[in-house]
Amino acid sequence: MKDVIEHKEHHLHLENVLLSGTGGGIQKIVLVGNPNVGKSLFFNYLSGTYVDVSNFPGTTVSITKGFYKNSEVYDTPGVYGVSSFNDEEKVARDIILEADIVINVINSLHLERDLFLTLQLIDMGKKISVFLNFSDELIKRKIKIDTEKLSELLGVPVYETSAVKKIGFEKLDEAIATAKVGIQPDGLHHVLHETLNRVGSQAEALLITEGDEFTAAKHGIPCGSGDDREFIYIERRNRVNEVVSSVEREDSPKGLFFNALGKYSLNPITGIPILLVMLTVLYFFIGDFVSQRVVNFTEKTIGKKYFEYYLKSYVANYTPSEIAVTLKDEADPANRIRIYTFKENLKKDSKKEQEFKHVSRDENAVVDFKFSNWMAKLLFGEFGIISMTITYLLFLLLPLVSAFYFAMALMEDSGYLPRLATMLDRMMNRIGLNGRAVIPILLGFGCVTMAAITTRLLGSEREKTIATAILMYVIPCSAQLAVIAVLLSGAGIAPLLIYVTVIFSTLVVISTTLNKFLPGQSTPLLIDLPIMRLPRLDNAFKKTFFRAYGFMKEASVWFFVGALAVGLLDIAGMLTVFQDILAPVTTHWLKLPKAAATAFVMGVVRRDFGAAGLFGLHLMPMQITVALITITLFVPCIAAFIIMIKERGVKEGLIIWFSAWVFAFLIGGIVAQIII
Amino acid sequence: MGIKTLDTIKKGTYFTIEKLPSGIIKVQLIRLGISVGDTIFCLGRLPGGTIIVQKNRQEIAIGYELARSIFVKIKIT
Repeated sequence: MKDVIEHKEHHLHLENVLLSGTGGGIQKIVLVGNPNVGKSLFFNYLSGTYVDVSNFPGTTVSITKGFYKNSEVYDTPGVYGVSSFNDEEKVARDIILEADIVINVINSLHLERDLFLTLQLIDMGKKISVFLNFSDELIKRKIKIDTEKLSELLGVPVYETSAVKKIGFEKLDEAIATAKVGIQPDGLHHVLHETLNRVGSQAEALLITEGDEFTAAKHGIPCGSGDDREFIYIERRNRVNEVVSSVEREDSPKGLFFNALGKYSLNPITGIPILLVMLTVLYFFIGDFVSQRVVNFTEKTIGKKYFEYYLKSYVANYTPSEIAVTLKDEADPANRIRIYTFKENLKKDSKKEQEFKHVSRDENAVVDFKFSNWMAKLLFGEFGIISMTITYLLFLLLPLVSAFYFAMALMEDSGYLPRLATMLDRMMNRIGLNGRAVIPILLGFGCVTMAAITTRLLGSEREKTIATAILMYVIPCSAQLAVIAVLLSGAGIAPLLIYVTVIFSTLVVISTTLNKFLPGQSTPLLIDLPIMRLPRLDNAFKKTFFRAYGFMKEASVWFFVGALAVGLLDIAGMLTVFQDILAPVTTHWLKLPKAAATAFVMGVVRRDFGAAGLFGLHLMPMQITVALITITLFVPCIAAFIIMIKERGVKEGLIIWFSAWVFAFLIGGIVAQIII
Repeated sequence: MGIKTLDTIKKGTYFTIEKLPSGIIKVQLIRLGISVGDTIFCLGRLPGGTIIVQKNRQEIAIGYELARSIFVKIKIT
């Protein structure tokens, strides 16, 4: 800033600098485009790796880097413009500023929308090449775009492609070689002149003039006023309209694409029945097929019967253990539970070892290992960091989370999800959210931890707080839902109605209260509705794989940390202390047996443990109702808790966590006093 | 033929944008192709007031609160 004169000098050479790239370093090629234009397929082609391809705005938040020949290739999140309105834009902005060559991918069907970004890139002085994607759709819809004319008006090379059909990719080499700075409007340099002198980069000068506070702060100068931005934006919009009107022609007067399902899924009158059908299908797929059949096999058989059994019996070779084998099929009750105690280890008592191995191989045997050595207990015991966490992560959570991501991927790819968000928008407004929040809430029924990560895509801190609170307080995750469903189905109609009413009212009360008292404003819904189409299975499978992988990578470590914390509490005897503290509340206030307190404490670890702990208690139907209400409103599992702290901060996380204790016991107790 | 807010526009009408709310949301609207002077078609109005509009081939959903702050003029065709 001090050497204004020097910068002026620099300015004179700027165009040369821009044309020759950054010089020295490896050439950076950056793919840029609006959401849903097929950028990611270009990236796959160039770098040979797969990236998340989706049909819902806001799904790619991070940058993916790859290599093509001697250049680095970057894929950016889909954005409508370069600036700092949300996380995606900030991420995209930084990498675009560094780009040597920009490959701008455009959806040919939405020229007037996509060219806005193109013109901004041109105004930034970047070397670009443009790809008109979905050119096959143009033919189908009898729309003609004069590519040569477009190239002439923009001053940059323009190519036609169909990324899905892999047509036109062969032009990429040429596009990279011939990318150039486009035609900028006459007045632009005049407007940018002063800022350009100070920052030395046309791209940054443009962003600052357009009011980008981050870039301005980087250079320590004030950013342009809202008026400047508006002036530039409106001027750019007019240029886009002019360009579009001179290059695009529709042969068919009826260019409107009418998609009945898309239209009907928007209006609640028809949309809610469609949603119910979708949810029923989802229920049979996830609730019945995956969480019952698949998980039963993976968790009970692979996880417990093979993985944990072999792991633990191996450990028992080296440390003292007490092993209980429960034989469900045994006719004689006295013989049903057999306990084998190994004072030193398995091998020291080979006769007993053989008997144990023989008995435990029975088809329906349930084997419980207890280790007295604290280290063995911590690593391989009931809450063992290694034993429990691996079974939980790989054999319970992974199939469930994958199923949820798969269902979401199908709904995204079909274009249904943005329509669902639109249909539910007004309802969500009442609780301070907009329609887009439907995604984290839906995912919460799969795994609250996974959903808590997804709250990132919401527009404001306020909305993130409300959505996180709803997830943590009232949404039962699938692991818990399964147990709740079994208990409720045995209890009759009245308990079911009471349960649903109480949980739903709590949701409404908590969220409307938060909406009323949280400062700030929620963002309104403004969402583009992509074309409805049949989802592509291979795309959905790939997307599921990459998201599930991403989730496991991000969350797994916290499950281990959580297990470690609980394991240490257990060894220190704190779990029993909690149970004793809770006992009077459980018996007098909630009117449940004392042992139910154990179920609540287990719920801190894993939500389904909490619910499952109620199975053996022989509760009356109304007691089941109270217990399930309390358990549902009770704190999230330890992994969700840690992710919440990470996403929302320590203070907010702790407030939500502690108040969940209060709500659960308060509301559960009130219901108990009324119905029992 | 006075100026109205977008939430009152009937399905199936063409209208032009007269005034947009200020701030970031305005910029987001401009980027999606909704700026002052543009002619836009109202595809429908959902119960509760969410408006679906169409600009060329692009369908866009606009929340009720946002629609209330967009001023438009009905176009006679």
